Amino acid sequence: MGQSAPSAESPIVMLGRQGNRRLVLAVDAAARAAGLRVGIPGSKAEVLVPNLQSFDLDAAGDAAALDRMALWSLRYAPIVAADPPDGLIIDTTGADHLHGGEEMMLEGLVSRMAASGIEARAAVADTWGAAHACARFLARPTFVAPVEGSSAIMLGLPIVALRLPHDIVHGLQTLGFERVGEVDAAPRASLSLRFGNELGRRLDQAMGRRSEPFEPVRSPDLIEVRRAFGEPIGAAETIARYAGKLVAALCEALETRGLGARRLDLLFHRVDNRIEAIRVGTAVPVRDVKRLTRLLTDRIETVDPGFGIELMTLTATLAEPFGAKQIISSLVEEQEPDITDLIDTLTNRIGEQSLYRFAPLESDVPERSIRRIAPTAPDDGTSWPGEWPRPPRLLTHPEPIETMALLPDHPPVWFSWRGIRRRVTRADGPERVFGEWWRRDAEVIAVRDYFQVEDEAGDRFWIYRAGDGKDPETGSHKWFLHGVFA
Amino acid sequence: MGQPAASPAIAALREQVARLEGGPTRNRGTLPFGVPAIDKVLPGGGLALGALHEVAGGRNGAIDGAAAALFAAGIAARAKGRVLWCVTRQDLFAPAIAQAGLLPGRVVYVEAGDEASVLACFEEGLRHGGLGAVIAELARLSMTASRRLQLAAETSGAVGIAIRRWRRQTEATDFGQPTAAVTRWRVTALPSRPLPVPGVGRARWQLELIRVRAGESADFEVEACDAKGRLALFSGLADRSPAARHGPVGAIG
Repeated sequence: MGQSAPSAESPIVMLGRQGNRRLVLAVDAAARAAGLRVGIPGSKAEVLVPNLQSFDLDAAGDAAALDRMALWSLRYAPIVAADPPDGLIIDTTGADHLHGGEEMMLEGLVSRMAASGIEARAAVADTWGAAHACARFLARPTFVAPVEGSSAIMLGLPIVALRLPHDIVHGLQTLGFERVGEVDAAPRASLSLRFGNELGRRLDQAMGRRSEPFEPVRSPDLIEVRRAFGEPIGAAETIARYAGKLVAALCEALETRGLGARRLDLLFHRVDNRIEAIRVGTAVPVRDVKRLTRLLTDRIETVDPGFGIELMTLTATLAEPFGAKQIISSLVEEQEPDITDLIDTLTNRIGEQSLYRFAPLESDVPERSIRRIAPTAPDDGTSWPGEWPRPPRLLTHPEPIETMALLPDHPPVWFSWRGIRRRVTRADGPERVFGEWWRRDAEVIAVRDYFQVEDEAGDRFWIYRAGDGKDPETGSHKWFLHGVFA
Repeated sequence: MGQPAASPAIAALREQVARLEGGPTRNRGTLPFGVPAIDKVLPGGGLALGALHEVAGGRNGAIDGAAAALFAAGIAARAKGRVLWCVTRQDLFAPAIAQAGLLPGRVVYVEAGDEASVLACFEEGLRHGGLGAVIAELARLSMTASRRLQLAAETSGAVGIAIRRWRRQTEATDFGQPTAAVTRWRVTALPSRPLPVPGVGRARWQLELIRVRAGESADFEVEACDAKGRLALFSGLADRSPAARHGPVGAIG
């Protein structure tokens, strides 16, 4: 809508021509609250709501925008399609673990869309039909149906959730049907006689009794190689062999353009029209046939070939410039072995956020002095200042302990942690850590006094007292155990 | 071999066993501790490279694995190359690892979520060949799994260290089960060296070599890793305090 975008408060409807009538085809939240709904005549809507803003629906423009959005969503999974008029369909199988699980993936998706001004709702379910319904009727703004549990959820939803034309929904409502479960329990024959096959088809698709293939969106700019098979293949070894051949062909194509792959999608079109997919990512652009083949064949066990695979396509969905590089720069300098291939293998197995290095951060508060960086980030050689001993194991949350200690700056005489009382024989401290006032107001005068204490058996612990021992404003003067020394 | 063979027949048998066990790929050299008393009891004069080693803590260390982690970090610090450290849940405090000589730039951590994934990542790392040491924290280590790990380590020459830690003290009896690891260590904290002033001295460990292939077990009292990952044998002489109650203690065993 450009610069003349209307404010969010005033109700908006989109109008379009159906036959010789001008109907409301889309309504926003404000218009819905004012009592408007899809399908009523445009003139009626304008009479019902005085300050209504109406625009002509640009169906072709919307479809093109939806296709662009589908291409953007390829970052989440390899099989994505536009679901006109207002949805996207993503096959998350085998892709969610790279984004930290289904819930994390949906939340990331919705918040990224929100950042670009799109109010989206998302759901994961067993079938397209169920996910379609859950996203529209249950997602707040995300919803993850339990595995194998979406048919039970579908039964409780209103019949509007079934992706049926208006007249069928209206007809069912006239007959007194309200929920999907009621329609599902009714005899199919008489319903088919009255409403046609569409009702049964949608019902079966939502319940997972009938497959519903879709054509994934593909950008013409992407580098893609494909291989069709006269006789469908199914054995893992055969799939692996052809994956290798496809990778070789793809790498040739990448080389002519001077690119390296960062993300590969290998799609398997099965004879029953379903599509299975493998997606792998790499930390740096790669054009090494052996290494890419290894990453793909690692995941072949996740592919269900069904009755056979008749077409395999390999696409570099993310490619970056990758020029020739001189590897040995000096005769004497010892080359650091390259471990990016290992990092790629592990990343594709357990997810990107599970692989990291620690790097120092300038903070005296122990738990804030470390940050996680990517395993391939350049090594700047920095470390933590090492004057004070630090425990190798740090508790996520400091645990309160019972102590007997002299104020203001003596270590405890004894303390009791997890039910075991220990007498302190030696102690070092206090090491005073001040709160970081620039972070939170509450930390302006907060203080922790750390002690390293050793018990009679020689076990060493890192404990602290909240507060400086004199001024109660600096902390509660309670004692906590924060880490275990070796 | 660390100890002289009793007779030529035994030496010939040992050679034959070594050949059966994998031929020339097995002999990858060793990583000495730099402490003669420890290196003396290890075959080849140090910790075997390209092999799997097991470390566990004693007492509370069986649960928190703090001393075992520092001991492993010290070994990895002295090995060449980068280090992969696989854990189920992360509770390591990286500054302490850096204080044992293993700088943060060298370590890649893998937080695998469950034991099976830790094992898979451990094996993948050992097989890779570009790493100096691979460390994994495991509760369970079956004979089959350890055999796979040992074979993977033999192909690449990396030091594999399995830190065994358990949720409960009672589960630590699992450490008695046989595995294919070349050495097995237990590290237990000892009271630190008394200082002439109030304070905690350099940590000391009771280091037990419970099992070593082609060698005899032994135990040592050592001072914990210094800033370069080196251990030192505790000796009364190093401590100038006249109040030293412990007599000079060497290697026992």
